[in-house]
Amino acid sequence: MTAVVWGAEAWAEVRSSLDRCIKCTVCETACPVAAVTELFPGPKTVGPQAERFRTGDHSPDLSVDYCSGCGICSRVCPQEVRIAELNSRARAELKRERGAPLRDQLVARPGLLGRAGRPVAPLFNWAMANPVIRWAGERTLGIHHKAPVPRSTTRTFSYWVGHHAGAKSARRVVYFHGCSTQWYEPHIGQKVTAILEHNGYQVVIPKQDCCGLPLQSNGLFPAARGAVTRLARQLVPGGTDDLPVISSSTSCGLMLKREAREILGADSPELRSVSQRTYDIFEFLLELHHRGELRTDFKPVPLTVAYHAPCQQQNQLIGKPALGILRLIPGLRLVELDRSCCGIAGTYGVKREKYEIAMRVGEPLFADIQAEGPDLVACDSETCRWQISAATGATSVHPLEILHRAYGGS
Amino acid sequence: MGTDAVVLGAGTAGMVAALRLAAAGASVLVLAEGEGGLPLAPAQIDVLGYRPQLVLDPLGEIPGFLDSRPDHPYRLVEAAEVEAGLDWFLELAAPLGYTGNPHQNRLQPTAVGALRPTCLVPETMAAGDLSGGGSVLVVGLKGFRDFHAPLLAENLALARPPSGAEVRARSVEVSLLGDPRDLRPQLLVRRLEERPVLAELGREIRSRLEQEDLVGVPAVLGLERSHEVWQRLQELVGRPVFEIPTPPPSQPGQRLQQHLFRALRRLGGEVRLGARASGYRASGDRLVAVKVVTAAREVEIPADRFVLATGGIGTGGITAGPEGELREEVFGARVSRGGAPEEPLAEYMATQPLDRLGVEVDDEQRPVGGAGGALFENLWVAGAALAGAEPWREKSGEGISLATGYRAARLAGGGRA
Repeated sequence: MTAVVWGAEAWAEVRSSLDRCIKCTVCETACPVAAVTELFPGPKTVGPQAERFRTGDHSPDLSVDYCSGCGICSRVCPQEVRIAELNSRARAELKRERGAPLRDQLVARPGLLGRAGRPVAPLFNWAMANPVIRWAGERTLGIHHKAPVPRSTTRTFSYWVGHHAGAKSARRVVYFHGCSTQWYEPHIGQKVTAILEHNGYQVVIPKQDCCGLPLQSNGLFPAARGAVTRLARQLVPGGTDDLPVISSSTSCGLMLKREAREILGADSPELRSVSQRTYDIFEFLLELHHRGELRTDFKPVPLTVAYHAPCQQQNQLIGKPALGILRLIPGLRLVELDRSCCGIAGTYGVKREKYEIAMRVGEPLFADIQAEGPDLVACDSETCRWQISAATGATSVHPLEILHRAYGGS
Repeated sequence: MGTDAVVLGAGTAGMVAALRLAAAGASVLVLAEGEGGLPLAPAQIDVLGYRPQLVLDPLGEIPGFLDSRPDHPYRLVEAAEVEAGLDWFLELAAPLGYTGNPHQNRLQPTAVGALRPTCLVPETMAAGDLSGGGSVLVVGLKGFRDFHAPLLAENLALARPPSGAEVRARSVEVSLLGDPRDLRPQLLVRRLEERPVLAELGREIRSRLEQEDLVGVPAVLGLERSHEVWQRLQELVGRPVFEIPTPPPSQPGQRLQQHLFRALRRLGGEVRLGARASGYRASGDRLVAVKVVTAAREVEIPADRFVLATGGIGTGGITAGPEGELREEVFGARVSRGGAPEEPLAEYMATQPLDRLGVEVDDEQRPVGGAGGALFENLWVAGAALAGAEPWREKSGEGISLATGYRAARLAGGGRA
């Protein structure tokens, strides 16, 4: 058994992985950002190479801020150097030294925006679609006027949970829905619940706040540590401390699985417990299927669906379990999109100075989607869906929405 | 429902085994800690280059080579199967225009301008066979630090192919893309896919050409559009153009890797990177599952058959401990030390017995177990993990990987269990 380490030990392990770098440059060939801009010289250059100049409190290199944090470098590294994790920490150090702009403070807090937008959702959505207001937002805040933003909703997911008479069952799971489901896409959470209940599970949905991922990717580590530690406490309501924790947001799921430990160095008994019990929704369903326990009473779904596996899902190192499930659905024509990154990387591509880079990163993916002309694009990550739809005009859905439809949902 | 075959390692040997298994109808999952050697290596297929004298007919000379090296991995594969593997590769890699004759080595310039024996090359390098001599204009790019045209040309001019023919070479350095201080390969290779940028390069080269019949350029002529870029550049300069490998990263290597990954995906197989194999579960002498570390926990991946292609000590497939103890990382398979004690070498470049370390296998490419039988009946080894070779000295690396990967897939069998 390979032991998972926590706290100072996890932090030290990531730092010392640097010594394994043989400067082979595999990461630089795979980096989607270095391929399109000279502003980012590549993950090896700003990581293992620049790291030796980062002594004490001083961070000498501004280019690390152009790392999108997609994590592809760590995945392709043959020596298990935690390149993306090191670069994420270096960015946080930079922000600590030089301060984070108001814009980063804002986009790092989806709950804050969600709470502000909800009571006035129609107005909020109108404003976000208004070019004059968006131009003003770019000038004053630095949020690119074309950047994809979610639509606010007046009825949150927790409102729905409060009115949902869930099925009782001896088989139970905890659902970690994340901010996007709570504030912008409550239908995702409703469908997750329906799918799990259809398979005989009782879904425990505790009140929960942000996992801290956007804070982390904007370099605001102390706040991020606080957020993920608080979330872990929220996800262990009485008598659930041995249940699987199901996530339908790939990046937030990865936060619990690994990033809290490796990037933030966060640690608490609840976090340790929740982390090793966290499953991506399709990882969980595919395991059910392998045990012969998944219901396969599917109706045909006569659609062409192009599937894109987002970076943070690939970084869970579980393959593409959504494909394994969608392939079971009769009538579905499934096209696997063969591109690494859509460019958005959470909040990276909404920033004025990074929008064009993000669009260039996603260009090959967008071109493939346009050439294929599918009925739907399926992608497990919310920010990637918003980016893909904004860039291509295609309707993008979470793959579980297709599964929900195959089970007879609308 | 599950996986028929799990291949550990995504280098040449692993991808060859995976592709052959998938073509035979198996569902295949390739697991690798990261990308293998493919994106770093020049993408030329070496079969046998020195024994130790220069080899002209690699397939023809393997039997004679084995007389002096009976423990070499080529002993495992019949000559006909080595040839079948090379033919299969030529067909598979046809979209990259791979060319060559398994009975005829070529002499291609290296990154420092030595002539190196190799067997199969992509179309973008085909004109660079200087066995019969030639006159070459070597083109460097200002700011691109991974290519030293003057050094290359000087060394090339000293080369003497066995034909006795003369190699002449001259270098020029051209400016591109507004003369940046640092032209990074990952950007450069994509910018050259843009027609105006390529046209600028073509004009620059053409204006510097004198009597040369050939133009050698750094191997950065595009990624996905390398065929168009290479062909267009030849039209622009009016001479055959060939790519010369650079120090890592290797763009031709990335093209080949992408091609192999996509070919496997088309056959329904999957390559999963970043997932380190951490152990296994067996039932008797049958391997049942490999263990893999995901982001949250260690999981088991059950399969019917397994191929070990994780490479040797250079790639971490085999590691050495502080006391010099050698360990194959996933299965703890027996590692041969090369059969002699380690002593200081009399000659600096002489063969160190440890050079040939690797996993000991039986005639069926299965790791040797305790009582002399196979460690597991359903585990086969391919590529640089095998004991007995010195690929860097012999110029045999890709040939060994191809032949033993091809054979491992046949031994493991196609179809579903």
